[in-house]
Amino acid sequence: MLPATLDEAVAALAATPAAVPVAGGTDLMSGVNSGLLRPAALVGLGRISEIRGWEYQDGHALLGAGLTHARMGRPDFAALIPALAAAARAAGPPQIRNAGTLGGNIVTAAPTGDSLPVLAALEATVLIAGPGGALREVPVSHLLAGMEMLRPGEIVGYVRVPLLHAPQTFLKATGRTGPGRALASVAVVLDPVRRGVRCAVGAVAPMPLRPVEAEQWVASLIDWDGRRALAPEVLAAFGDYVAMACIPDPPAPEGGGEAPVLPPAALHVRRTVATLARRGLGRALA
Amino acid sequence: MSSDAVTATPAQGVPLTGTAAGQEPEQARHGLGASLQPADALAKVQGTFPYAADLWAEGLLWAAVLRSPHPHARIVSVDTAPAAEMPGVRAVITHEDVPGDATHGRRVADRPAFARDTVRHHGEPIAAVAADHPDTARLAAAAIAVEYEVLEPVTDPEKAFEAEPIHPDGNLIRHIPLRYGDESVTGEVVVEGLYRIGRQDPAPIGAEAGLAVPRTDGGVEIYTASTDPHTDRDLAAACFGLRPEQVKVVVTGVPGAMADREDLSVQLPLGLLAMRTGCPVKLAAGREESFLGHAHRHPTLLRYRHHADSDGRLVKVEAQILLDAGAYADDSADALAAAVSFAAGPYVVPHAAIDGWAVRTNNPPSGHVRGEGAMQVCAAYEGQMDKLAARLGMDPVELRTRNVMATGDLLPTGQTVTCPAPVAELLRAVRQAPLPPLPADGADGAPGPEEWLLPGGPEGAGDPGAVRRGIGFALGMVHMLGAEGADEVSTATVKVDGPVATVMCAAVETGQGFSTLARQIVQEVLGVEEVHVVAVDTDQPPAGPGARGRHTWVSGGAVERAAKMVRTQLLQPLAAKFGMSTELLTIADGKITSYDGVLSTTVAEALEGKELWATAQCRPHPTEPLDDTGQGDAFVSLAFAAIRAVVDVDVELGTVRVVEMAVAQDVGRVLNPQQLRARIEAGVTQGVGAALTEHLRVSRGVVRHPDLTAYPLPTALDAPDIRIVELVEERDVVAPFGAKSVSAVPVVVSPAAVAAAVRAATGRPVNRLPIRPQAAVASP
Repeated sequence: MLPATLDEAVAALAATPAAVPVAGGTDLMSGVNSGLLRPAALVGLGRISEIRGWEYQDGHALLGAGLTHARMGRPDFAALIPALAAAARAAGPPQIRNAGTLGGNIVTAAPTGDSLPVLAALEATVLIAGPGGALREVPVSHLLAGMEMLRPGEIVGYVRVPLLHAPQTFLKATGRTGPGRALASVAVVLDPVRRGVRCAVGAVAPMPLRPVEAEQWVASLIDWDGRRALAPEVLAAFGDYVAMACIPDPPAPEGGGEAPVLPPAALHVRRTVATLARRGLGRALA
Repeated sequence: MSSDAVTATPAQGVPLTGTAAGQEPEQARHGLGASLQPADALAKVQGTFPYAADLWAEGLLWAAVLRSPHPHARIVSVDTAPAAEMPGVRAVITHEDVPGDATHGRRVADRPAFARDTVRHHGEPIAAVAADHPDTARLAAAAIAVEYEVLEPVTDPEKAFEAEPIHPDGNLIRHIPLRYGDESVTGEVVVEGLYRIGRQDPAPIGAEAGLAVPRTDGGVEIYTASTDPHTDRDLAAACFGLRPEQVKVVVTGVPGAMADREDLSVQLPLGLLAMRTGCPVKLAAGREESFLGHAHRHPTLLRYRHHADSDGRLVKVEAQILLDAGAYADDSADALAAAVSFAAGPYVVPHAAIDGWAVRTNNPPSGHVRGEGAMQVCAAYEGQMDKLAARLGMDPVELRTRNVMATGDLLPTGQTVTCPAPVAELLRAVRQAPLPPLPADGADGAPGPEEWLLPGGPEGAGDPGAVRRGIGFALGMVHMLGAEGADEVSTATVKVDGPVATVMCAAVETGQGFSTLARQIVQEVLGVEEVHVVAVDTDQPPAGPGARGRHTWVSGGAVERAAKMVRTQLLQPLAAKFGMSTELLTIADGKITSYDGVLSTTVAEALEGKELWATAQCRPHPTEPLDDTGQGDAFVSLAFAAIRAVVDVDVELGTVRVVEMAVAQDVGRVLNPQQLRARIEAGVTQGVGAALTEHLRVSRGVVRHPDLTAYPLPTALDAPDIRIVELVEERDVVAPFGAKSVSAVPVVVSPAAVAAAVRAATGRPVNRLPIRPQAAVASP
């Protein structure tokens, strides 16, 4: 089934409840090809032109869920939402970026999904089309945390992202120079109007983590009206703050005694998060 | 072609053909030394080349194999009824349906075709299904009900000695206690190290596939990308309960081979199902099945103690080498022989005490992967040399220079190195090669800050302030041909008919370039430009497996002899007619001319419409097995290389990018400059993969994530600039053409060189491959 509008797609799903919607297919089809998934039918979303672009809406951008990573990586998009563009450019080899979509990244909700920490840091919301007709608005973080779920017959239509007109960064550490899955990723977003720093850490937990206390602490140190730069020690402290918040020490056992020590691999992830957060904030403030 | 011309070619972004075309316009278009294009190159690039997975036969059935999900379990019962009852399923087979030998193996017959009462590794075949659709076959295989009694797996090779035997043959596959010189000698300086090498997978581009067609005489033909068709045929026939001539293995296009391909794991289920159903049966493995089905590089644990005097001269090497062979013996005994024999590296060592063990575990089976044995010890002994240099406060290159071996020196096996061993020259060449410029240098050709590809990639998190550059050197060696008395023989037939020559030789073209080389040899000897190499099957005489430069040596040698015999047949009548010996006649460009120019005719005319055939064999001088103390002339010849690695390390994240690999290699003679370059580049890239990312993760015997996302092969961004600084052409007098094996040495030396460079950049010990990011972190 290849509907041409969101409404048609919703209708198609209502008519065939066992059907699975597919956009770029970079996650779904590899499961199908390896025999792990065998959907009864597919509803292709690739022809729905209304969700393949974006429009502006009172200080926000309404991004179509069908936007490909390749499209988001282009300079015009990067001027709007730099961190999302950086995440899209880092999201795999060109073949994947040409096919994989923003909506697909959200629905797959892989811990290593590169756009997810950026959307979490931007406090983006998702507009969901469903049988009811009206679009249902849900924060991305609620969806990723499982606080709210996609209901049967629903499709992610748009992603609503605030336009902050300030520097943003997305940094990702992988095991190789070529494209690879994130070992850890950090998105840092400045919000000069609300005088806030928002940061989200990806790939270290099932969903992106927000170190809210570290954000508030570092935002209070920034001279928002003057030069925003911070001393290297402050950046390093921010990095450590973020890393400790996301990968805390295990609690000491109840009966006293030595607290267990994290395994070396977890310590390395923590060090990586600290480095990425420090570099990310430093580059955003430079 | 001179080695200088290769040196002058910039490594980056230049097509391979540029090496020859740009530098030496007078270079021959055919014959030895020419960069002849492989005949199948265009088809491979355009995607029209038929691989085994593309095969088709009318009315074919699809096979699927049920594999064990457990690394170690007793099979209580196997109920195939649920599968057999499914519509579309034509046959289900288990160990009960193997008519011939129950077990098979290249050196030791220890591996069952299908697990009988015990499974010994994750992914071991238990049953196979043939059905009219691949999905039906897969579902049917999954429907077979197997009741397991799960047993504790033996996954730590160190515990395999004491553990309950997991196989009737016991857990120790081979022990070589090599003793050379005086064991009691000690040096003034002693350095110790513990090294751990990971499980590299050959991860071929094309997964395993094959097609079996039953024959009316009760035999079967198997079409697959076998790299050793005759051995496979003999082993398969024994399992099928047939005579070898009733089984025919036809080699199809090989999609990448860094190890043995499509061995019995594919051929047995296919052949049995085809004979059972009377229909053609096809099997095409997915990536997961490919990872589970084929052999990997031996994970190895090495403990070393190097003794030296205060001048840095090696006095003694002590080593304990433990190879994890996995559940079945396969080629592990050979890998162990290489590991023990080359445990000290290409250095002169007066005394050595080296113990090597290959043990059985419930881990995935290990087997032949390019440079097996030699690669693992190279990373360890070069780590030891760096450690010794640091202890003595000596330059690592200077330390190596003081110890390198040359022709006439002895290996710790007591064998004299009789082949050219230009190790000192190789080391000098990589040391003197100019270093790649840094962005800060501002030199010509230096990358600008914007173009500098940092560790972590173009959109990565790399920070120039945290990047440190490291330079490391490594030397290494491999042996050529089979060792320890293996009968290395190959047979080839050459036919000339008019202006066309044909070569028949069962040496499989695995991408190593044998068919191109065979054409070049015939062009050289017979002056015929158009040479065809026929496809390989087991109706031809055997040529053996393709490994360790074998086909260049024995198969190339056989082709040359056959071509020379044809030449004599062709020229003898002419020579007799003109009263001169055949040596005074030359053939070039299809023309026969005499030394004095009196005679000039074409090959086609001289043939007078006849077909000339000749068949010849090539067999190198024999070798002997290593004895109880690891002594013996076990190797036919050796090949050496020196590599300098330049790496950038982001020391905060532990990310490594290999900037450049400078290679100097002992090649004997360059037969095809373009292919030679391609082979070295491929070997270095595979070695970089082993150094940084390639390790198949196994947890308690179970393979984790058998896919190419979790098993990161080097991409174009990971592959470094590969600069071939020198190709030493000292001809090996015993080898046909004097040429040496070129593919395996770079695989052996590259990981050690990368580890040395990361060691230099970070100051960390780097004693584990692949190098994990946490091992490359240092304070900036």
